[in-house]
Amino acid sequence: MNKKYPLEGLKVVDFSWVFTGPIVTKFLGDHGAEIVKIESAARPDGTRVYTPFKDGVMGLNRSGVFANYNSSKYSININLREPRGVEVVKNLVRRADIVLETFGPGVMKRRGLDYDELKRVKQDIIMLSMSMVGQYGPHSNQPSFGQVLQATNGFVHLLGWPDRSPCLPVAAYTDYIAPWYVLIALMAALDHRQRTGKGQYIDLAMLEASVHLASPVVMDYTVNGRVQNRMGNRNPGAAPHGVYPCKGTERWIAIAVFSDKEWEALCKVMGNPKWTKSPKFDTLLHRTENQDELDKLMGQWTKNSTPEDLMVKLQKVGVAAGVVQTGEDMVDYDLQLRHRQHFKELEHAEMGTHLSERPPFRLSKTPSEPQRPFPSFGEHTEYVAKEILGMEDEEFAELIGAGVLA
Amino acid sequence: MPKEKGKPPMLGSYRVLDLTDDRGASCGKVLAELGADVIKVERPGGDPSRNIGPYYHDTPNPEKSLNWFAFNMNKRGITLNIETKDGQEIFKKLAKKADFIIESFTPGYLDKLGLGYKALSKVNPRIILTSITPFGQTGPYSNYNASDLITMAMAGYVYICGDSDRPPVRFSSDQSYYQASLQAAVGTLIAHYYRERTGEGQYVDVSIQESMVWTLCYAPHDWYLLKSLDHTREGPLWKRYGVTYRLIWPCKDGYVCYRLLMAQPGAEVMNDLVASMNAEGLGEDMKDITWTTLSFADVSQENINRWEKEIGKYFLKHTKRELHEEAVRQRNVIQPVNTGKDIFESPQLAARDFWVELEHPELGESITYPGPYFKSTEAAWQKGHRAPLIGEHNEEIYEKELGFSKEELLILKRENVI
Repeated sequence: MNKKYPLEGLKVVDFSWVFTGPIVTKFLGDHGAEIVKIESAARPDGTRVYTPFKDGVMGLNRSGVFANYNSSKYSININLREPRGVEVVKNLVRRADIVLETFGPGVMKRRGLDYDELKRVKQDIIMLSMSMVGQYGPHSNQPSFGQVLQATNGFVHLLGWPDRSPCLPVAAYTDYIAPWYVLIALMAALDHRQRTGKGQYIDLAMLEASVHLASPVVMDYTVNGRVQNRMGNRNPGAAPHGVYPCKGTERWIAIAVFSDKEWEALCKVMGNPKWTKSPKFDTLLHRTENQDELDKLMGQWTKNSTPEDLMVKLQKVGVAAGVVQTGEDMVDYDLQLRHRQHFKELEHAEMGTHLSERPPFRLSKTPSEPQRPFPSFGEHTEYVAKEILGMEDEEFAELIGAGVLA
Repeated sequence: MPKEKGKPPMLGSYRVLDLTDDRGASCGKVLAELGADVIKVERPGGDPSRNIGPYYHDTPNPEKSLNWFAFNMNKRGITLNIETKDGQEIFKKLAKKADFIIESFTPGYLDKLGLGYKALSKVNPRIILTSITPFGQTGPYSNYNASDLITMAMAGYVYICGDSDRPPVRFSSDQSYYQASLQAAVGTLIAHYYRERTGEGQYVDVSIQESMVWTLCYAPHDWYLLKSLDHTREGPLWKRYGVTYRLIWPCKDGYVCYRLLMAQPGAEVMNDLVASMNAEGLGEDMKDITWTTLSFADVSQENINRWEKEIGKYFLKHTKRELHEEAVRQRNVIQPVNTGKDIFESPQLAARDFWVELEHPELGESITYPGPYFKSTEAAWQKGHRAPLIGEHNEEIYEKELGFSKEELLILKRENVI
């Protein structure tokens, strides 16, 4: 069997919404899995009305973020308050491999779509519930969202300056940790099914997954009793290690020097000014001790050049340096992202051109990229009913008339 | 949910050769905790990432790095100098029996040693080789030198973080490496799914920069759709929909994270918060507001600032734990800004038996680690064992598995191969 897409044949019924779950199913869809996104008129995916919008005009099929996270999917508009809507979903589950949901605990059960019920429909189904802190526990019923949840994992505490309030990671950071753990668990569960014939139910907590990315921070406490704090841009093993101003408005360069060899190369590019020869800066240890002064002197040098210029010059001699890139830099100017075609321009019937990102890896033998633009709200109701489920015209018309499908 | 004990791992016991440093260590970790047999292949003397702090009892020592402990638990470890001819031959023998290889060397390094994907796939056509590098294997920046700060900056994440009167900042933690490692595991397992059906292995080329771009949310789309760079650094505040509101609030013993709720599911809980404030003589003029119908678009910045000021006074009178527990009761969204200590003391994590103890016989004690991040009806996260000491499993692998004699091992050791 030689398939073009690595996940061709894999079928997913997707109840997830907002960011985390849709990123998971986008990754699966971009590798060839069939994703049926369950939506309802009562509650469309909230990201559909998340800024920015095409031309700045709000609409269900115009959000840039939604477009990015929902490539390669089908959208069916279905009323789950109707028993016959639930039946349609069960027919989808009957032929599926994976069911993903990210509602609060208990929601699927109230709809008669919990694991026990779905297992009756499809014995070896793999169902994964991703929630903020898990399906049970003293905080499991607290409503939450990524922007505040990220505070519980140490990531807010570790961002900013030690003498000030922590800063907000603007893009809810934990929303971008959980998707990878969910994908890893799903792929492992498929492996488990292949070896044992068994499906499973997985209760995956965003909180728990994210704490793994703060492991050394927590262990520094459990082992050494130390409460780590944010350090601005400092790094105990490097100096200079910072972000420095450049020519232009809000233009910055990041520079990281871990060895004396790199320091010498940096000094050469700076033209070996006298201050670099001072005993205050001659070794990594001394530079670390005089970092405030070092940062000031570095900034006086960087502010006369563009960050692009500095990056090229410094990289040429092996000094780690990079432009502090903006959205504009990445989309329009970054030669590497362009080389790897990270941002794909897709054409959507209503929205027109928009960006859909590729997964961050390239597979040598199989494609790894958006296949189709995101679905308009309910775009594939008829396709899913008739082509995927084989529903007769008459029944479909009847369900439309009854408001079960739309 | 049945007891975790006795449940099998989710993933088969596939053999993984892990040649990564700190840039890729989490990739092997996540496979190991799901059941893979991960063997860390280090240069003689140990991987340089053993020299990253913090250390056990603050004693710098390659066998005491907590960073190393955290991201290499459940792995076994051997030493091998793949820059020698003998080392290369031995590595090919290992590759023949392996299912996955993960590496994070500079692009082209393994090729130069005759151990690139082409050479290894000849030895083992089923092999999946995953490379984790700052910018990917090819392209104009592929040979750039980069640490976490650089890949973070190039991925657009630094620009959007920090205070407006100071330079942008990164997390004080190498998050871009962890992101790339996890996303590498995703690509690796997708390739595995394909291999299981076709028998074909393949090469997985991961970019740390791209994996971090994946965490940005709207910055690229703001630019592409609206030519807008409306992401000035607001510190603890958030500017969106034309208004600025506070997300991070000082409280009695630190900070909490909270967003004023209006006109969205959950806005009704505002009444409970206001009642709590009123009971302490705060927020008198917030009592009669119908929060469920107000939207940010209809409310002046002035009003938001006034309400936030009152809420801020209330938060300052209470600890983050008190505010969080009250929010849980009131179904409000307030969360504590947790430090490492707070995370460890979380009642939710305790109730789900999250923490695990791994024995470190050499240290004469056990250390507490983050544990299972999921519960499953069929399978369990694998608690396993502490990270390997340098060359700890040389004998197990070289003698018992590859059949080298003690004499041969002595020669290899003398020649600095192992």
